[in-house]
Amino acid sequence: MSHTQIENQLAGRGTLLRDRVFMWSLFVSLAIGVLTLAVLLIYVTVKGWPRLDIRLFTNMPSVRDAENAGAQSAITGTIWVISFTALIALPTGVLAALHLEEFARPDSRFQRFIEVNIQNLAAVPSIVYGILGLAVFARALALGQSVITASLTLALLVLPVIIISTREALRAVPRNIRDGSLALGATEWQTAYRQTLPAAIPGIATGTILALSRAIGEAAPLLLLGAVSFITFNPDGVLSGYTTLPIQIFNWTKESREEFQVLAAATIVVLLLLLLAMNFVAIWIRNRTQKRW
Amino acid sequence: MALNTVDETAEGLSLRQSHPRYGEKVIRIILFAAAFVSIVTTFGILISLLIPSIEFFLEVPITDFLFGTTWTPLFNDGEFGVLPLLSGTIVITVIAIAVAIPLGLGASIYLSEYASSRVRKVLKPTLEVLAGIPTVVFGFFALEFLTQLVLIKIFPGIEVFNALSAGLIMGIMIIPTIASLSEDAMAAVPSGLRDGAYALGSTKRQTAMKVVIPAALSGIVAAFVLGISRAIGETMIVTIAAGLQPQLSFNPLIGMQTMTSYIAAAGSGDLATGSIEYKSIFAVGMLLFILTFVMNIFSIRLVRRFRQAYQ
Amino acid sequence: MNNNGDITMQLDHALSPRGATIPLEVNDPVFTLDDVSVFYGDYEAIRNVTLPIGKNEITAFIGPSGCGKSTLLRSFNRMNDLIIGSHLKGVVAYHGTDIYGPDVDPIEVRRKVGMVFQKPNVFPKSIYENVAYGPKVNGAKGNLDDVVEECLTRAALWNEVKDDLKKSAYALSGGQQQRLVIARCIAVKPEVILMDEPCASLDPIATAKIEDLMVELANDYTIVIVTHNMQQAARVSDRTAFFTAELDDNEVRHGRLVEFGRTRELFSSPGDSRTEDYISGRFG
Repeated sequence: MSHTQIENQLAGRGTLLRDRVFMWSLFVSLAIGVLTLAVLLIYVTVKGWPRLDIRLFTNMPSVRDAENAGAQSAITGTIWVISFTALIALPTGVLAALHLEEFARPDSRFQRFIEVNIQNLAAVPSIVYGILGLAVFARALALGQSVITASLTLALLVLPVIIISTREALRAVPRNIRDGSLALGATEWQTAYRQTLPAAIPGIATGTILALSRAIGEAAPLLLLGAVSFITFNPDGVLSGYTTLPIQIFNWTKESREEFQVLAAATIVVLLLLLLAMNFVAIWIRNRTQKRW
Repeated sequence: MALNTVDETAEGLSLRQSHPRYGEKVIRIILFAAAFVSIVTTFGILISLLIPSIEFFLEVPITDFLFGTTWTPLFNDGEFGVLPLLSGTIVITVIAIAVAIPLGLGASIYLSEYASSRVRKVLKPTLEVLAGIPTVVFGFFALEFLTQLVLIKIFPGIEVFNALSAGLIMGIMIIPTIASLSEDAMAAVPSGLRDGAYALGSTKRQTAMKVVIPAALSGIVAAFVLGISRAIGETMIVTIAAGLQPQLSFNPLIGMQTMTSYIAAAGSGDLATGSIEYKSIFAVGMLLFILTFVMNIFSIRLVRRFRQAYQ
Repeated sequence: MNNNGDITMQLDHALSPRGATIPLEVNDPVFTLDDVSVFYGDYEAIRNVTLPIGKNEITAFIGPSGCGKSTLLRSFNRMNDLIIGSHLKGVVAYHGTDIYGPDVDPIEVRRKVGMVFQKPNVFPKSIYENVAYGPKVNGAKGNLDDVVEECLTRAALWNEVKDDLKKSAYALSGGQQQRLVIARCIAVKPEVILMDEPCASLDPIATAKIEDLMVELANDYTIVIVTHNMQQAARVSDRTAFFTAELDDNEVRHGRLVEFGRTRELFSSPGDSRTEDYISGRFG
């Protein structure tokens, strides 16, 4: 008797059929998401293909001359903005995570408050960070519509993500490594700095790269921070005006002429390739340093 | 027992701190300050929303704002009734969660109860990739592909900018959020509960529906709530695909403006700091922040309660 | 037991298993515990222990699981401080100074009282860096090659690793890792070494090497070892403290010290029936 026959006898036909249908509908739910992703990737690649060439990297954006428009200032702007975002968010996030994971008393009310606060900040809509950046950095601190305003705002936006992933990486370092260090008369900071932190670096790097790739794709807060005007120059300093890849894509989607939609698709491919590369680096780091304990 | 004080202890045996560790104290302060940035951020958000909002409500009565049905900020004698923006947000959010909740939950049940570890190893990163697609890309896809190549054939009267396409794509965008959080919740259900159900002759479906989902329910609900919060706060998809026309309507085939797309549209212009339009950004932002804040806190509490139950 | 006179018995017992002469009473205590109880929150893990630890002796703590012997050991170098909600009543005196007293720095305590753990917790660094770590965090500057060589030699590991000092400590076997942890510990020049079931995860050959090492180290260090293995206590220790877990009137479990004495005496003629039951394998 085959396995299916036995199952039929044991479960009864009705139940078995219902189970099959159930399983397949679950699979279809998953498949819809995956298929949409596939269609999206194919669609933008095919649509952007005619303009996926060197002009994208060498030429400046334009809303008139679709033939010669490029995205150079958006690429350099993205690099500028994200570099300063990393420079601000990475140390702050790692230090904050060290405090929360290694030094703060986990049972105190204040600690619970900080934790809930960080979890909430991770879910605050990104446009609200744009409002914060507009009111505080652009206007109150008079930094204007500059690279540094964008970097500060995006740094605050990704900070909760970096803190949460760094804490997870620190938590994965076994307790007995800390005990071993403390038992040798090391102070808590020596233990954190010389043992726990180095052991957690692969996890921190992975989390940070993923957080920064989120920042690279962000457009909403930058809409409030002056990135929308057409920028046809590369940033030359932190107070310089700027545009970024997602903003440039957004600007072209607003144009009615089809050539600009093609340009937008081509620029999307560049953006996605950049994100893909970052994800590969993150996965590579994660796999290269498999668990040693 | 006769004890020495630290100072009476013999040379070389002293347990007193051998040298002051000022560096250690400074570092602790720096670490604390870094953690404190998150609190400053929250207060920064609150204050930057609150002050202009108060100024706004001095000019526009709060009841006019909350219950007014016309949103015409750019008119000379503009009206600031937020209901059209709210209805736009609600219509698109409802469409999005109608897509994301069944698909996300289905995906998570499949991943947690059915998929072999090899299948999971492929599909989970794929969902992560989906979660990593910038929203501006989703917006472009909604407008250029879904509306103009698909929906227009199904609904010939559909507007180029419409709530349906933005909502559907937003739903796809939220699937990974709901799927991964629900799966975490189901994975936390002790396997003993499943074994118990199987031992009583339950099939996988019965086990999933009658044991695993009820046991993971608060975690799953937390995932739904967080998904809704994300839908409400999402900006780029609606800005690109749903248009900029405030409409107090529940017809998904027409364009409508949401709270977020209003903030994006008004904020990207060069508004004078003192103007009523400028302040209206903050009033709408405040409403948006309060709505998402309530949901986030609700979701965080549910997760916390869920974790405690299974620790 | 034989029928020799009392004097022979005394001599017999004074000579510890490793061949050291141990006086009946501890004359030169490094630690003196007076009525020590350790709590985790409201839970009292071990209750009212009074006990001396003799200088350059090996003291073994034995007893069934859950009797609080590891908890007690961790109070000798204030490692319990790291567990939220733990506190201690009574006095743990190190050379007459209460190590839980005001002005006492737990870090100084840990520099004088080293610890070896149940699972060899080498650091994810090179062998050399593992040994050099203690001196470095204690402010040592310059070349530590000599210190590393001396400590590895004393831990009977030098000949096995001298060509691989730059290799990761994770490449070593479990027994080698545990000896590396001992080398790392003595690099800080402690007076006391606490060992919390140091052989629990090791095979018999690796265990024998650690035991030989303990006997060797007892010439220069005071050793306190927690062990589940009664034979180990009988083989290496000079004095033994037997603990057990009891239920009090409120049905709450807590650890108690049953008996403390010279190892040979305690094993050959236990003064308490619970000790006798345990060492003869009737429970635990």
